[in-house]
Amino acid sequence: MKGFGQYMIFLHSLVVRRETFKTYYRLVIEESMLIGVKSIGLVALVATFIGAVTTVQTAYNLVSPLIPRYMIANVVREMTILELAPTIMAIIYAGKVGSSMAGGLGTMRITEQIDALEVMGINSASYLILPKIIASLLMYPLLVILAGACGLFGGYLVGMMAGMVSPTDYAYGLRFNFDSYSVTFALIKSFVFAFLISSISSFKGYFTQGGALEVGIATTAAVTASIIAVLMSDYLLAQLLYVR
Amino acid sequence: MIKIKNISKSFAGKTVLQGISGEFDKGKTNLIIGSSGTGKSVLLKCIVGLINPDEGNVYYDLRNFTEADKEMKAEIRREIGMLFQGGALFDSKDVEHNVMFPLDILTKMKPDEKLDRVNFCLKRVGLENVNKKMPSEISGGMKKRVGIARAIVNNPNYLFCDEPNSGLDPQTSILIDDLIKEITLEFNITTIVVTHDMNSVMGIGEKVMFLYKGRKLWEGSNQEIMRSGISELDDFVFSNKVMQSLKNKS
Repeated sequence: MKGFGQYMIFLHSLVVRRETFKTYYRLVIEESMLIGVKSIGLVALVATFIGAVTTVQTAYNLVSPLIPRYMIANVVREMTILELAPTIMAIIYAGKVGSSMAGGLGTMRITEQIDALEVMGINSASYLILPKIIASLLMYPLLVILAGACGLFGGYLVGMMAGMVSPTDYAYGLRFNFDSYSVTFALIKSFVFAFLISSISSFKGYFTQGGALEVGIATTAAVTASIIAVLMSDYLLAQLLYVR
Repeated sequence: MIKIKNISKSFAGKTVLQGISGEFDKGKTNLIIGSSGTGKSVLLKCIVGLINPDEGNVYYDLRNFTEADKEMKAEIRREIGMLFQGGALFDSKDVEHNVMFPLDILTKMKPDEKLDRVNFCLKRVGLENVNKKMPSEISGGMKKRVGIARAIVNNPNYLFCDEPNSGLDPQTSILIDDLIKEITLEFNITTIVVTHDMNSVMGIGEKVMFLYKGRKLWEGSNQEIMRSGISELDDFVFSNKVMQSLKNKS
């Protein structure tokens, strides 16, 4: 509970004594490049393979002649949009971006760079962390959309090359019984996960004390806490958002 | 002038500073000295507000910094320049942007004016043609000088230096000490230097405060330090062989 209280105070500190809009604008662009653009390759690669594996697993398990082949694409679509793209990517994102945020801030703390900002009269939490959170909120949903597209494309490639499902059946399965609310749901989740990962990782890194060893510990704690928060919120959102 | 009144600080029940009072004069290099673990850096952090003292007050030219609201504290801090022990340069910025940073954030100067000021400050600390180098590409002594340039770029009224000579060779240490003294006189600012280096004490210590186990034991100039008559200070001052030989000769 003490940690949660500190986290809430930390979130409040981000929005008081802010710098100018121009300063944040420049920082958000820089962070978006680091967080978003530099994650495109990894996200595309992982999502394509996850989509491919999902197609193979589904095809092996849907063996009944009563189930049409296009259902493979249908299952891949639902799994990719609802869980694989937002949630699995969130775990990848926590590992790549969350650890980088915690490590970077932890290093800044132990090398007195954060103290240097404070001495200048700058709200270091707001200056360093708010842009990271805003950039995350802007970029992670885009990465989720990219992951969804790559996942479906990976499934299509494998399904076609292995002869599990024809391109026509795959395309039909993707459109069959499509409910656009799934996309809305995935995007809502992506905003929540982006906020949780960036804020928790920053929180862990910002309050690092000690030396290089503690930076490593803070980085690990950031990834662990972010993943736990993502999985818990995934469950809560599923409960909340499916009641329509 | 900076005045501290009855500063006390404890961490987890362990007293680090106990009722420290004193004045740091404008236009002078004021030194806080003492062995490792005596609370010098904690006192400095209390003065600049990085740590809140449990008791006591810090006054910047009669403005009570300890009890000031956040806006007032931010305003006073904009008049402060600080050199950290390791330089505390921002890893992601080159030398030019490190020095320019306070101007970017705290002023509305035009880009060419900022660049002129940065080049002036870098020249003042004896660094030229290093603008585009990253902190990882320069030596420890150069980092300290860049740190000083960044500290003075916004024309501070107060300059704080935390162990400016740590990790430096004797020649570079003297260079840094001289630079701090020159800047203090040139810009007529209040400078506080935390150190345990006796060369610095003898070289630039116009006003020296000696801390021992979290308490202020002595205050005076570097000319008076040899004949303080305080055994703890004598142990500190004459702990190295050069100073011992000086004592024996006298």
